[in-house]
Amino acid sequence: MKQFVTRRLGYSLISLLVLSLTIFLFVRVTGDPASLLVEPGASEADIAAIHQKFGLDKPLWVQYGLFMGSLMRGDFGQSFYYQTPVFELYLDRLPNSLLLALVAMAFSLVVGIPTGILSAVRVGHFWDNVGKMFALLGLSLPSFFVGLLMILLFSVYLGWLPSSGSGTPLHLIMPAFALGWYFAAAHMRLTRSSMLEVLGSEYVKLARLKGLPPSMVIAKHAFKNALIPVLTLAGINLVLMINVAVVVETVFAWPGIGRLLYEGISFRDFPVVQGVVIMGGVMIVAVNFAVDVVYAVIDPRIRLEK
Amino acid sequence: MSITTETIALTSQPQQRSSAARLSDLPMIPIIILGVITFVAIFADFLAPHNPEVGALTARFRPPFWQNGGSWDHILGTDQLGRDVLSRLIFGARVSMVVGFTAVIFAGVIGTCLGILAGYIGGWVDQVIMRVVDAWLALPALTFAIFLAAIVGPSMWNIVIILGAVYWTRYARIVRGEVLSLKEREFVRLAVVAGCSKMTIMRRHILPNVVNSAIVLATLMLGVVIVTEASLSFLGVGVPPPQPAWGLMLSDGKQGLMVGYWWLTVFPGCCIMLMVLSANLLGDWLRVKLDPQLRQL
Repeated sequence: MKQFVTRRLGYSLISLLVLSLTIFLFVRVTGDPASLLVEPGASEADIAAIHQKFGLDKPLWVQYGLFMGSLMRGDFGQSFYYQTPVFELYLDRLPNSLLLALVAMAFSLVVGIPTGILSAVRVGHFWDNVGKMFALLGLSLPSFFVGLLMILLFSVYLGWLPSSGSGTPLHLIMPAFALGWYFAAAHMRLTRSSMLEVLGSEYVKLARLKGLPPSMVIAKHAFKNALIPVLTLAGINLVLMINVAVVVETVFAWPGIGRLLYEGISFRDFPVVQGVVIMGGVMIVAVNFAVDVVYAVIDPRIRLEK
Repeated sequence: MSITTETIALTSQPQQRSSAARLSDLPMIPIIILGVITFVAIFADFLAPHNPEVGALTARFRPPFWQNGGSWDHILGTDQLGRDVLSRLIFGARVSMVVGFTAVIFAGVIGTCLGILAGYIGGWVDQVIMRVVDAWLALPALTFAIFLAAIVGPSMWNIVIILGAVYWTRYARIVRGEVLSLKEREFVRLAVVAGCSKMTIMRRHILPNVVNSAIVLATLMLGVVIVTEASLSFLGVGVPPPQPAWGLMLSDGKQGLMVGYWWLTVFPGCCIMLMVLSANLLGDWLRVKLDPQLRQL
């Protein structure tokens, strides 16, 4: 077990290293990074000062060392627009993103799991087809279009919900729906296939042969086991939701991390953009590592494989 | 149900699977939609009633023809600069098609080549390529694309390169997996015995066997790539204005939404949706037909 965790940890660290190297190199290969690190319209002297300050005149590997050193200390640089450290801005916005992601996740599970079970139980019939249609629509409708359509319907025509901003539970409804929509479809698909697999297994057949009523078989025997992969995916998706909400947050002016990223783009505030991207990568590598470890604890086969 | 009848038909008379029988169960709706969009994209110059990039400020925010104030001159209305929405949609199809197809092919070529190299040569080549793949897959695609767009600056061809750079990893991972199992097959071993060079084996024996999976994946990726392109345009780091891209039209239309100018949002949104839906339907169909191994993808 210890060996497994160490190896996984090693892989995660390599991933993070490659990630930081990628970001570091992309910035330098595509042009003079000083032009990204100074405010637009800066003078020659400013650019020279930046070169000096960030050590851009030093060899590449020294630069990488400096870059990594500041990342380790949680120093992502200063935001040009807000004039505060990027990391502080990020932590400021994180609770909002978390709240939105949690509500969207709840919505996607409440919708996705029952429809997935329904499709699996009635496979090939009417409800299965409805479920498939729903999944297809969910995966094909871009979240910003869903969001704009909802604004049109619920804010402009009906006037029931506020179109943007945050503060009250009412503000949460539309962004959470728009964000959760795609994930609801993904969760539905996985619930369906995982449920189908479990329903075909020996112990479910045995439960049926024992004479257990079908509803009991589904609820007690099949459902519990079918849920494991879905919940794993949900865990990964929660982290993903925090990081891909940029479009939804822009549509609804929700003050989360995505909105921070969008502001970073529109104000050409490069340290903010870079910081948000790196944090996203770190979070996802961390959650993948956690999932691997939890799986290894549950399932010895994974732990023992080479 | 349909699966069982298909298997029975297959086992009883395998030689009867003529091309005509295959054609009959082609998914017609997505093919027609994609065909129409392609046609419109190619002949945009002849089809568009107005110049998509120039508008008359005197004719701003005209509604579609059936609404009060609309006219047949601007069938789907005009936008905030008085530009004809229909013409912009028609030229937007060209942008989506060009970006979507070239980006998918670009990503596919890089991903397939690197996947074959990693899988066949193995060793440190495999390690290097796969570690990069792992790391890049850890970045959410949209965020990664935004980051790249922020560095290189927006333009249509930059977007193609960015999308290629973001999405090749998915091909590489799947192709590598296939190559690992192909490597152990008789025909590849025989080719080694016959004295083929590594290059020849990869090109003549491995590549043709992974092309199917790459094509299936490419079709499925088309929808993803188009949504990403639209999202980038929507956020202002995609195709730069005044070029008409559907995502850009949506973000421009956002301001007019609160005053009820619905046509600026609904029409481009529906175009994106139709195209992505068709690509997904076609991809699902191809996946089942061409490559049974990818069914659980």
